[in-house]
Amino acid sequence: MSYVVSNIDVAVIGGGHAGCEAALATARMGLSTVLFAISLDSIAMLPCNPNIGGTSKGHLVREIDALGGEMGKNIDKTFIQSRMLNTGKGPAVHSLRAQADKFNYSKQMKMTLERTENLFIKQEEIVKIHVDNKKVKAVETSTGAIYNCKAVIIATGTYLKARCLVGDIIENTGPNGLKASNKLSESLKELGIEILRFKTGTPARIDKRTIDFSKLEEQPGDEKIIPFSFTTNPKDIQREQISCWLTYTNEKTHQIIRENLHRSPLYAGEIKGVGARYCPSIEDKVVRFADKERHQVFLEPEGEDTTEMYVQGMSSSLPADVQEAMIRTLPGFENCEIMRIGYAIEYDCINPIQLRHTLEFKEIDGLFSAGQFNGSSGYEEAAAQGIVAGINAALKILGKEALYIDRSEGYIGVLIDDLVTKGTNEPYRMMTSRAEYRLLLRQDNADLRLTEKGYRVGLVSKERYEKLLEKKRLIDEEINRLKKTIVGVSPLVQDFLKANNSTPIKSGIALSELIKRPELDYYKIREIDKDYVELPEDVQEQVNIQIKYEGYIKRQMLQVEQFKKLEQKYLREDLDYSKIKGLRIEAAQKLQQIKPRSIGQASRISGVSPSDISVLLVYLEQINRSKN
Amino acid sequence: MIDDTIAAISTPLGIGGIGIIRISGKDAFSIANSIFKSKKVKDLSLLKSHTIHYGNIVDGDKIIDEVLVTLMKAPNTYTKEDVVEINCHGGIVSVKKVLEQVIKSGARLAEPGEFTKRAFLNGRIDLSQAEAVIDIINSKTDNSLKVAVNQLEGRLSNEIKSIMDKLIEMMAHIETSIDYPEYDLEEISYDNLKNSINEIRRKIKYLLDTADSGKILREGVKTVIVGKPNVGKSSLLNALVREQRAIVTSIPGTTRDVLEEYVNISGIPFKIIDTAGIRETEDLVEKIGVDRSKELLELADLIIFIIDLSVPLTEEDLYIMDLIKDRKTLIILNKTDKETVINKEEIFNKFSNNKVVEMSTKNPKDIERLEEVLKAMFDEGHINLDDSAVVSNMRHKNALIKANNSLEDALKSIDADMPVDFLSIDLSNAYNYLGEITGETIEEDLINKIFSEFCLGK
Repeated sequence: MSYVVSNIDVAVIGGGHAGCEAALATARMGLSTVLFAISLDSIAMLPCNPNIGGTSKGHLVREIDALGGEMGKNIDKTFIQSRMLNTGKGPAVHSLRAQADKFNYSKQMKMTLERTENLFIKQEEIVKIHVDNKKVKAVETSTGAIYNCKAVIIATGTYLKARCLVGDIIENTGPNGLKASNKLSESLKELGIEILRFKTGTPARIDKRTIDFSKLEEQPGDEKIIPFSFTTNPKDIQREQISCWLTYTNEKTHQIIRENLHRSPLYAGEIKGVGARYCPSIEDKVVRFADKERHQVFLEPEGEDTTEMYVQGMSSSLPADVQEAMIRTLPGFENCEIMRIGYAIEYDCINPIQLRHTLEFKEIDGLFSAGQFNGSSGYEEAAAQGIVAGINAALKILGKEALYIDRSEGYIGVLIDDLVTKGTNEPYRMMTSRAEYRLLLRQDNADLRLTEKGYRVGLVSKERYEKLLEKKRLIDEEINRLKKTIVGVSPLVQDFLKANNSTPIKSGIALSELIKRPELDYYKIREIDKDYVELPEDVQEQVNIQIKYEGYIKRQMLQVEQFKKLEQKYLREDLDYSKIKGLRIEAAQKLQQIKPRSIGQASRISGVSPSDISVLLVYLEQINRSKN
Repeated sequence: MIDDTIAAISTPLGIGGIGIIRISGKDAFSIANSIFKSKKVKDLSLLKSHTIHYGNIVDGDKIIDEVLVTLMKAPNTYTKEDVVEINCHGGIVSVKKVLEQVIKSGARLAEPGEFTKRAFLNGRIDLSQAEAVIDIINSKTDNSLKVAVNQLEGRLSNEIKSIMDKLIEMMAHIETSIDYPEYDLEEISYDNLKNSINEIRRKIKYLLDTADSGKILREGVKTVIVGKPNVGKSSLLNALVREQRAIVTSIPGTTRDVLEEYVNISGIPFKIIDTAGIRETEDLVEKIGVDRSKELLELADLIIFIIDLSVPLTEEDLYIMDLIKDRKTLIILNKTDKETVINKEEIFNKFSNNKVVEMSTKNPKDIERLEEVLKAMFDEGHINLDDSAVVSNMRHKNALIKANNSLEDALKSIDADMPVDFLSIDLSNAYNYLGEITGETIEEDLINKIFSEFCLGK
């Protein structure tokens, strides 16, 4: 028997990284929200790698934070090691990554949820979504409780019809042995939603006490720790760090794998889900890259109060005995004890082209979805979609204009645009090479790009927004000053240039021009900058980057200008493409399916050619003129 | 790209004494100004609208052509944008060179129907004509797509693909080092990158240099050589190409397949096709060749019919004559070095409307004379060129030029010691320009390459 429990605004299904950000966003925007999770002990769980950030993913965390999200703050509270990656390369690809104390990360996030007004978390499995007249009405739990609601956000991660495989042992469980969610898929199919099946996996965890660290290479954290959140004071988080370790596989490892390949469910054909190329199992690597003599293996601590260590690079679904044998071939691992065995997991997810950029289903009013359920992979990708789905669900209920982040404004924009425009045939991972305006989308300027949006939707406080405006003002003023300050040919200047192996000047030159020289920067030229006044560190960083790479940045900004023009040519969702004369059939079909929001998005759909775009432009102009 | 500056040849190619290159968009004046030199005019953009000016189009110090430039400022123009029209000498060579110079200076080659599209979008063309506008866009695209695809077979596409492969290999290396900084990958040194980029630029330069000699970029007056076996079709082709490609023997029926060559006669590109001897045959392989020949005749811009003076006319000659009647045909009476046995008068009478050349393919002087005849036929408008072919040739060149510019940017970044991720922006631009020829785009290609080449992941 089902019964109505209460009327709420938003129901969030799933308590992972997408679900947490979504629920926090709707609740903080003033809407009564309930987050349902199969286990309240697994809120914000990190079932795979024990870290947050990394290349392009670090950018996402910064962007989530700039919008008023929680992930950055939570990792700042709970990291045990922090590194800025790619510092040898340009500022656009510097990427922050922190090792998390998994258990603490989960605990802190749960505490944050519990302390948030308007938000309740409940250990319940949602088995059905009630839809009436293409509009979401309610969610129903396995015990028959019905929660009437105005919006539902699905964030079920890898739990839907989950199936874990270790060799020929197959169990219908979710990650980490948790209960799978077996009924919701059917309800979704009844609603006409297209379901895909993807696969991912995780390596074994090893007991730290059984490793001979003298045979491993130590990888310590950075000396100076940089926080993820723009609101965290760097001084508050300078703490002692725990190292990671590096070792390599060898011929013996590979031999064991090759001899046991037939026992792998992947090679035996047992796994049907589509796995990601960037996340291959060790058996995959040994087969596909047979001539590689060794593969890197990183050993990462899972937390401060545990001896569990994550063996990155050894993800596997081989039988337990094979996993143990192969891991013991690694130098330093000869006597190791496995604490948790590695496994592969298959799960139901959706084809994301069914969604709008707001992450709402085009066909079902009020139904939103985020995270791995949308065909992505990774904690950060999930959280990024979670906050966008949450914000848009709230804005919709509040009757306000939707939040849209385009490809030139953030990695979040690239991520969502890729998913809803192109779909994906493997779990989608963010990569810096997917962002065409990479120089503008730096992790250092995420606040300058997105905090205003966060403020407008009501997730960022006025105080924080005003601080940002002040930061902008300081940056602009300082850049102007440096452009106007001319240094003459004086012994001081020439000596300074000589000391820095820089060509002497022949006539007066603006300080900004000197900063652009490869061997100089904003920090160095202060020796000859008489009016120098020390500004906050984040302001200095922006001044340096914005002047130093000005030419390149301007070039990308010109491209963005062009890009925006097509993005702002909107296409109505109810357009009937089959009726537009001159479109090729294939293009009309694709357009009808994706229902792009703009000409710009239409041009990114595969199968839509430049001449189809011309036809659309002419069509739009026709409509506009006949209106007048 | 809605409001960048576009350019195209707006007169039929190869016909008439004047060719017009039209430039439209906000940079039309500055682009024209950058390549226009005149004793009187210092800056075109300062002159009155709707005026005409005399001068030269130049490439640095080199004069490309003597021209008249018409200036038309927005909004009273066809596209309602700033428009410059360059009137240069007709014929294919100078219009192409002028257009090339315009593109090098920053304009983009217009898409099919793009001027009309802009005219419509900017309100110049009446709403009632919208469908006609769409038709123009589509018909021109279809046509030029067909040609572009045809042209892509063979050597050009192989060359471009190999350049793209090189580019993507470099980029995959760079991008992998960015997205997987801890992966034990050997970093490519800037010296190595520089060498690879320069090597690619040499290849592009070669393609650009040879684009007009007719060898690489497929275009030209489709000229089909016909004649019964052993009249000297292959010898003629070889003489024109001046290299042995067709097998020349005296056994009738040697040329079983169709041979094509590209020759440049006084700047006019000819695509010359040698057919298998057209005759009724029992030999199956040869039969296929014969059927192709008939097909080719249908598509030819010009037919060269060779008759052997030294043997009597046969059924086969008459059969071919019947096939080609009413077609634009140049008649060659070959083998003047041997004794003439046929009745020339009969031929002159039968083909009174056609040019007839008596010659020997063995005599270089005769070949030169033939070339002059061909050029005259072209100049007098007896031969039309399929201009979609030239347009797609320009498209390929446009892409090569833009790719080359991006590679120059990449070299500048290397010299300025910029971090490696800046380079990959220029490299991916270059890749995308070349991809306009082959229809590939960078993103998926690159990600596929990264994961197929490097062993990555947790």
